[in-house]
Amino acid sequence: MNPKNFNRLFFEPIQAATLSHSAAAEIFNKDEARTDWHDETLWFVREKRDKAVKQISEWEQLRTLGSDIKDHTLSNLDNYLTEFEKNAQANGIKIHWAIDAEEHNEIILRIIREQKVQQVVKSKSMLTEECHLNDFLAQRGVEVVDTDLGERIVQFRNEPPSHIVLPAIHLKKQDVSETFHEHLGTEKGNNDPQYLTEAARQHLREKFIESQLAITGVNFAIASTGGFVVCTNEGNADMGAHAAKIHIACMGIEKIIPKVEHLGVFLRLLARSATGQPITTYSSHFHQPRVGQQMHIIIVDNGRTKQLGRPDFRSSLKCIRCAACFNTCPVYRRSGGHSYHTAVAGPIGSILNPNLDMKANADLPFASTLCGSCSNVCPVKIDIHVQLYKWRQELVSEGYTATGKKVAMKGMAFVLSHPSIYRITGKMARWMMRAFPFILNNKSINPWYKQREMPEAPKQSFRDWYKKNKQ
Amino acid sequence: MSSREKILGAISTNKPALIELPVIDIKSTSNLAADWVEQFIKILESIGGTVIQLSSIDLIKKEIQQAKIGGEYIVNTLPILGEVNTEINSTMEASLLETVDRAYIEGSLGVAENGSVWLYEHQIKNRLLPFICQHLVICLNTNKIVPNLHEAYKQIDVAKEGYGVFLAGPSKTADIEQSLVIGAHGARSLLVYLISE
Repeated sequence: MNPKNFNRLFFEPIQAATLSHSAAAEIFNKDEARTDWHDETLWFVREKRDKAVKQISEWEQLRTLGSDIKDHTLSNLDNYLTEFEKNAQANGIKIHWAIDAEEHNEIILRIIREQKVQQVVKSKSMLTEECHLNDFLAQRGVEVVDTDLGERIVQFRNEPPSHIVLPAIHLKKQDVSETFHEHLGTEKGNNDPQYLTEAARQHLREKFIESQLAITGVNFAIASTGGFVVCTNEGNADMGAHAAKIHIACMGIEKIIPKVEHLGVFLRLLARSATGQPITTYSSHFHQPRVGQQMHIIIVDNGRTKQLGRPDFRSSLKCIRCAACFNTCPVYRRSGGHSYHTAVAGPIGSILNPNLDMKANADLPFASTLCGSCSNVCPVKIDIHVQLYKWRQELVSEGYTATGKKVAMKGMAFVLSHPSIYRITGKMARWMMRAFPFILNNKSINPWYKQREMPEAPKQSFRDWYKKNKQ
Repeated sequence: MSSREKILGAISTNKPALIELPVIDIKSTSNLAADWVEQFIKILESIGGTVIQLSSIDLIKKEIQQAKIGGEYIVNTLPILGEVNTEINSTMEASLLETVDRAYIEGSLGVAENGSVWLYEHQIKNRLLPFICQHLVICLNTNKIVPNLHEAYKQIDVAKEGYGVFLAGPSKTADIEQSLVIGAHGARSLLVYLISE
């Protein structure tokens, strides 16, 4: 058999229209120096998180509270949403409900057309990425300017964000310099982050002042007061929302928290988990539109109620989008966000996305070593690695994994449950490794050989050694 | 059936049985106000802010006068610091606010554990002001520092006004190779005067 076909048959999950995680990761890994750099940069963020967390003696108590408040909220979500709606409307905010991405996008388009808006700015909102809002609006002649620096960089490059908190973490300053030289006319070869950020500041200040409509995400929506909180470090959500005549805030149904006092727990957890900061520079609390302004909130389902109905996976809805699980994940760090081919990458994305489309995202729960580091750093204690494991079982039983993988797993199960066959195959394998090392030390036949050397095969198995040496 | 009804219906069918809401019972690590002040200063300076402790506001008044003579567009919103800029109101255009060099704003409360200051809408006059000005100066009474966010939320009423913000340091970004750059879209610097008169 052609080694390439062998590889595909046995080691790769079903291919969607896009490359599977493992295929995309393989391309990412070709540049070893860059992969190492990506790995180290994300680990640096993880270390910053650890340092910040260790300064809070009640950290574990906060995690438990965060987890329990979210569990409670999900168990009473419909009532909290209606309470939020009532209070927000009393505050003068218009509430819209969207069952899916399409309806979410249509609502925004309708507001843009009704108000004859020409210029739109948007701060970071993973929900709008999930709904592919920018593409939808662009196809209808509306240009959206992303204002988060990282998002603006990837927007210029026609790329999606590769990380939910650090959208351009896959790029080096040379890449940004080239992009800005092309789009903003910055000096060629000037890679100084200070200089490049200043250029973006000047460029985006113009956009903020010109724009008539600002779109933001929502970090937390407070049921008891009908207000919402948006967190940024750059100040771009505020610059957009306060300058524009219309502010649209987009939120998934799971962004609700019951009361103001719960913000104390979540704001303490969020930035420390995300970047190791004690709090984001700006934690803005919106309750009413300013004089002469229109404020809209779109409450979006897009598969979330379905996930709520899956007992094994519903706790994924507790996520506060800090990305601590990305930064700690050995697979994410060495495969890059784009390999996950979805708006939310990393371990949390790998348990959220199969709910949205099981077939297209069947590869993602396999993009993990199941080491459990993600669950250990999660500020709301989602058992991410357990859910990754459960999704694998779900996907196999629904028939969404490659036949090769199923055959290999069945074969493995047969061998492992028959000791005599296990011994014979073990002996054969050791002999093969010694006699024909080139077969195993061949990247196209043996994927385990990629990025690592195969060990030297011992002459005897542990069983043989034990039999010989026991008293 | 509307999307609203569909969503609420699906939640009520799919949600788990009611789980109890926990009680937040977190004590602050110190009961001494002096420790809170010390921590506030240390943390705010670690995230790029500057803190100056003053026992008199005369120095700030003088600083404002000198900067105005020097031709800077200084916005003062505190009557105790002298003449206030009455042109700053909630409907002032962004293009005009963009020319503000430095703004002086009163803070309501400081949080020791994270170095943030709570600003109510009435204190900032225009929601854009603390973001769009090039440099921001906040005047905060030293006895308005609380140990942590739990205490802060007990003391403020976030829904009393249309807008409010916890502001912690100057605007910043690390989106290019994780290199910290101060002065992304918001103010390039934050100076907090801690005043004990």
